[in-house]
Amino acid sequence: MSFGRMHRKEDARFIRGRGTYTDDVRLPGMLYGAILRSPHAHARIVSVDTGAAEAHPKVRAVITGRTLEGLGLAWMPTLSRDTQAVLATDKARFQGQEVAFVVAEDPYSARDALELIDVEYDPLDAVVDARRALDPDAPVIRDDLEGRTGNHIFDWEAGDRARTDALFERAEVTVAQDMIYPRVHPAPLETCGALADFDKVTGKLTVWCPTQAPHAHRTLYAMVAGLPEHKIRVISPDIGGGFGGKVGIYPGYVCAIVGSIVTGRPVKWMEDRSENLMSTAFARDYHMRGEIAATRDGRIQAIRVKVLADHGAFNGTAQPTKFPAGFFHVFSGSYDVEAAHCEVTGVYTNKAPGGVAYACSFRVTEAVYLVERMVDVLAAELGLDPAELRMRNLLRPEQFPYVSPTGWEYDSGDYPKALRLALDLVGYDKLRAEQADRRARGELMGIGISFFTEAVGAGPRKHMDILGLGMADGAELRVHPTGKAVLRVSCQSQGQGHETTFAQIVGQELGIPADDVEVVHGDTDQTPFGLGTYGSRSTPVSGAATALVARKVRDRARIVAAAMLEASPDDLEWAGGRWSVVGDPSAGKSLAEIALAAHSDLELPEGIEGHLDAATVYNPPNLTYPFGAYACVVDVDPGTGQVKVRRFVAVDDCGVRINPMIVEGQIHGGLADGVGMALMQVMAFDEDGNHLGASFMDYLLPTAMECPSWELGETVTPSPTHPIGAKGVGESATVGSPAAVVNAVVDALGPYGVRHADMPLTPANVWRAVQGRPFRTDLAIP
Amino acid sequence: MRVTVTVNGQPHTREVEPRLLLVHFLRDELGLTGTHWGCDTSNCGVCTVRLDGVPVKSCTVLAVMADGHEVTTVEGLERDGELDAVQKGFVECHGLQCGFCTPGMLLTARWLLDRDPDPDEATIREAISGQLCRCTGYENIVRSIKWAAAAEQEARS
Repeated sequence: MSFGRMHRKEDARFIRGRGTYTDDVRLPGMLYGAILRSPHAHARIVSVDTGAAEAHPKVRAVITGRTLEGLGLAWMPTLSRDTQAVLATDKARFQGQEVAFVVAEDPYSARDALELIDVEYDPLDAVVDARRALDPDAPVIRDDLEGRTGNHIFDWEAGDRARTDALFERAEVTVAQDMIYPRVHPAPLETCGALADFDKVTGKLTVWCPTQAPHAHRTLYAMVAGLPEHKIRVISPDIGGGFGGKVGIYPGYVCAIVGSIVTGRPVKWMEDRSENLMSTAFARDYHMRGEIAATRDGRIQAIRVKVLADHGAFNGTAQPTKFPAGFFHVFSGSYDVEAAHCEVTGVYTNKAPGGVAYACSFRVTEAVYLVERMVDVLAAELGLDPAELRMRNLLRPEQFPYVSPTGWEYDSGDYPKALRLALDLVGYDKLRAEQADRRARGELMGIGISFFTEAVGAGPRKHMDILGLGMADGAELRVHPTGKAVLRVSCQSQGQGHETTFAQIVGQELGIPADDVEVVHGDTDQTPFGLGTYGSRSTPVSGAATALVARKVRDRARIVAAAMLEASPDDLEWAGGRWSVVGDPSAGKSLAEIALAAHSDLELPEGIEGHLDAATVYNPPNLTYPFGAYACVVDVDPGTGQVKVRRFVAVDDCGVRINPMIVEGQIHGGLADGVGMALMQVMAFDEDGNHLGASFMDYLLPTAMECPSWELGETVTPSPTHPIGAKGVGESATVGSPAAVVNAVVDALGPYGVRHADMPLTPANVWRAVQGRPFRTDLAIP
Repeated sequence: MRVTVTVNGQPHTREVEPRLLLVHFLRDELGLTGTHWGCDTSNCGVCTVRLDGVPVKSCTVLAVMADGHEVTTVEGLERDGELDAVQKGFVECHGLQCGFCTPGMLLTARWLLDRDPDPDEATIREAISGQLCRCTGYENIVRSIKWAAAAEQEARS
């Protein structure tokens, strides 16, 4: 039927250069915005003089924090119920923070005018190292918040502390390791931006911007700007990659809206790459201490974690209200552990806000990295093979559904099968033999294993929300009289191929070709409400909504078919894309025939409306839990510390695969991310809070040269709660792969007694680890 | 300054500021938005076009430098309604996801196959190493270019 490999519908426009990204949209009379940003990480703003900029012949407006204050828009709510400055009024709190907005006739003039704005700053000491944020003498960053005397944001814990501590006290073996998951940035190739068009006559505001959550944006604009929600239309056109960085609302979006309201003309603002890296959603920045209690024969009993979470200057992480550390407490991972406990403390620093971005599945990325690194630390302590240690502790298939010690209910899985497959594909035993040979010759080769369990597809909405908006998503399906269909969904693709995958789901359910289904998304005037695409939730949530709305249509089609066949609906069966009389397949009607009849003069039973359409809202009963086993082989140059990823085997189980070609593509991309984060990517700062990774010359991303040819394997364990058994896969590889790479490098460095080294494992970092002098990769502070 | 640039075989004359970047000339003056802009520092390569046949990053070429020269953009790959083999290859092998790096990748792929009709994997990876893709992990881009090479070889034989 319709599931299976199928070329993507969206490719036809992209290969011709005919995609429509936000910056490709142009409107008559359009003006251009540019943002002046603070050069200081922490500074009091003494004065802002915009006179010369306003006198520039091409400038149409200059907006400052003071202008916005007059409109009540100087501050906006963040997705974590904090506030964030749209344009700074009192202080700049991170380098690159938005201070003023210029609107001009062309983009070059807007940039020119930024140079004409004179801001007097009074620089303050910056809090750069999260570990110093809570020092009694640390500068207070958020003195705008009433009664705030320090940089503490929250303390949060999960699991059973007493039981965990008791197991640690009695344990035969314990290991502990400090580790940093450094601040990184998703760096989609399309930066963020917005085009706002406020029509004074109709009062309608239309905003084009690359948002992963168009409906949430509209509701928030209504709340922030006080505009009536029905007069706001958010259009999220083609998006050039998102990876979580395009969930939030950025100050520039609000500035573009204000600019359009002030000038009466459309205003487009697109950030440049430095602005993107310095001011939009970073990810990670978790400073973790992990501990494992185990028996001497390698039975993991308990895991304990303490985290210091650097949230930047405004707490803007996009995650459910109940979970300030996201889903980090899934950190007991894939193992059968008696007890677990974690404590997370969030702090403000003089860095950009954000925090949940970059394919992280609400911080499952940090959790998986922690536990997978810790298992290797334990293996080293016990002198056990890391693959064998994992095999001894993995959850067994008969334990599902499994309730974890921190309260997650894993839906389904066969973990040992996935790990065995990965070990077979990589040829694990042979590689260990080769490693021994090479070590004897003084060569450094490493083999790293990681196993991950993800928790994706949020809600259920009673537990999960964004700013009080529950995580449930709508779908609407209409079958036209000729049997072609249009599906409208609340989520928005950033490259995942929804136009193809969702058409395949409808095709599968209705027995029509996927090519006959048009998928509409990314426009709040055209689609039902829902929270959008992030946390790998499109297929688990919107995909489920799509399947269920198609089944509703199929049920209606049954009644219409019964009227056509002059039979009882109970006597019909669905087979081969037709409703037919049981036992008489020749007396049947295809969906196209039924659709035409549903729009015709055919008399339908009492209470049955005509036409063939339906709507639904899917509130997931549980998350889905994709999992996988990864194996990485690296060679390390002992002279330079250069790491070469020789091979990478990834076995993923994301339940039923709708379009395996697209699924594999998602995995490939995530694996490259894992290699990038493990070996190259870091956003470092100096002691004054200067951003040291504000361009692609400093923030290094993997190219085709750093990536090996990925080797994939799969197992399929359907989700019992999802209508088609799918689990979501968008983030799996990004979540699972960094630990495999780091484990491989640390394994390679075994002869030097190295048990841990922090990402990114650049040549310098590897070399220092070998010397026993590791340093903080995220800080350029002596 | 007055410049005349031949883009996809068509000469275009415009009055431009000397500082205008070629990428903005193509996008804003000519409306050819298939060429994207991504980083300003020549690292990402989403702005790659061919200037007299050679791939260049149009964010670091001034429009005035292209005066009197020939530029090929992604819009010029399809000829008489027939897709180029590299375009077909990217569809066949799922060589694109968000599509943002795709135009630049296609042009470099075309340049490579013009010089080397049967490149091995290492050659392909090196050819595209000046361009970033954040979605595909490069695997399917490499396969797409191989597919195009094989398709063209078959067409020739």
